[in-house]
Amino acid sequence: MSFGPFLLLAVLEGTVMAAVLALTSVGLSLVFGVMRVVNVAHGEFYMLGAILAWFVTYYLPFPPALAWVAALIIAPLVVAAIAALADTFVLKRLNYAPEATIVATIGLLYMVQQAALTIYGPDARPVAAPFEWRIQLPWFGYSGYKLFVVGAAGVILAAVWLFMTRSTAGLVMRATQIDRDTAQCFGINVDRVYAGTFALGAALAAAAAVLIVPIQQAHYLMGHDPLLLSFIVVIIGGLGSIRGTLVAALVIGLSDGIISMFFSPTLAKIIATLLVALVLVFRPQGLFGARA
Amino acid sequence: MLWVEGVTAGYGNGVVLRDLSFKAAKGQVTCIMGRNGAGKSTLMKAIMGLVPVQSGRILLSGTVLSDLPAHQVPGQGIAYVPQGRRLFGGLTVAENIEIGLLARKRGTRTRDFVLDLFPRLGNRLDQIASTLSGGEQQMLAIARALCIEPEVLLLDEPTEGLQPSMITAIRDTVLKLRETGLATVLVEQRVDAVLRMADRVAFMEQGQIKADVPVAQVQADSALFKQFVGV
Repeated sequence: MSFGPFLLLAVLEGTVMAAVLALTSVGLSLVFGVMRVVNVAHGEFYMLGAILAWFVTYYLPFPPALAWVAALIIAPLVVAAIAALADTFVLKRLNYAPEATIVATIGLLYMVQQAALTIYGPDARPVAAPFEWRIQLPWFGYSGYKLFVVGAAGVILAAVWLFMTRSTAGLVMRATQIDRDTAQCFGINVDRVYAGTFALGAALAAAAAVLIVPIQQAHYLMGHDPLLLSFIVVIIGGLGSIRGTLVAALVIGLSDGIISMFFSPTLAKIIATLLVALVLVFRPQGLFGARA
Repeated sequence: MLWVEGVTAGYGNGVVLRDLSFKAAKGQVTCIMGRNGAGKSTLMKAIMGLVPVQSGRILLSGTVLSDLPAHQVPGQGIAYVPQGRRLFGGLTVAENIEIGLLARKRGTRTRDFVLDLFPRLGNRLDQIASTLSGGEQQMLAIARALCIEPEVLLLDEPTEGLQPSMITAIRDTVLKLRETGLATVLVEQRVDAVLRMADRVAFMEQGQIKADVPVAQVQADSALFKQFVGV
């Protein structure tokens, strides 16, 4: 294959990665932005989404497409409920203290991971794609499902954007993000906002996993990479900035796809990490974050 | 009527308010004065439920506010304009007002009332709050609080850092609101502002109300200002 088509393939792969990364990163960014909680267990919510997708598609007696749609609804809802419980019984009791919540979410990470290992097992298991459709380009064929993933992630992200900017609940979340105490002086139940935000962040990670699991397989250790990359994206974009997160996800996703294809995935991770280091040195608040 | 009965409150193990008692009557402006660190702002925060009350009670029309979580306090009809305004700076003027309306589920009638009171805000509804001038920000902070349609309004140093014309505008607004029967509790350091707005003046020292007198009494005897404020 010549350079042009090879580059096109790399861009397509990078776009798929960017779309999924944007979903997980926006979830992480929302949680940090509104709650000031660095959620180290975010990758495990992603993993839980994938494993639940496997359970739903395996046990529901539906055709693959219908079972997958059911998984896309059920998995984020279940993961959101687990996250809301974790918020209520763990984070709230720690009064959302930054250091304590980091330690608590590390604990949550291992609890969720080991529970998944115990219940689901150590094997990586495939989830059938809802449809098999291949686009034949002049130079190569490309999975229609992968393009669908990009579109679906775009729709979900647009819905999140509309929710945050146009709905009353989104307005309440943004007000709480700016000033928790003053928000309470206007009748905002901050505990409820925090539980909802943590649940929404987890649900976005789970939705990303359901989208990707027909491509990657479900495994109990699959949360590590998305967690690392989401942190990279959120730091580059600016902690708490959804706009910055989206831009950074596109940059990291595309660069990862292109560098992985032309050189190696390891080099792609090295460059992404180097980029984070540069951002932390020269622009600690991130590309779009507000200066503290 | 707002009653603060024997309240002891503070941050963590530290006590700031010590067995403090105080009341604010309907249709009156009660000014709280005292030196820095006397506990004036802590009193406001304790009334709003932002600082835990360790003993004593805070009541509004028979409801014990100090038993409620902070987010339920404004729903009882009490609004707070904090020191430094504390607007939702990244939100627009309209969104700040909407947040105020949410507290007691008020609608367009209340919105129109506050925009009539502060017409300048009506022309800046889409402007980000943090980009307003200091005076406009203070207007928005008061407008946002009034969206609650409160029975009691707490104002913590509303004239701080404002130019004279804005101070006059804020003062006129407070006096206009008094005529509607609103009970206003005003923390203020400017003696001239206090003398023009207050019906009563309560002097705080070391977390207690040391004197609570009609404004006429402090007009006649400036020794109270000297003793408790140092001017």
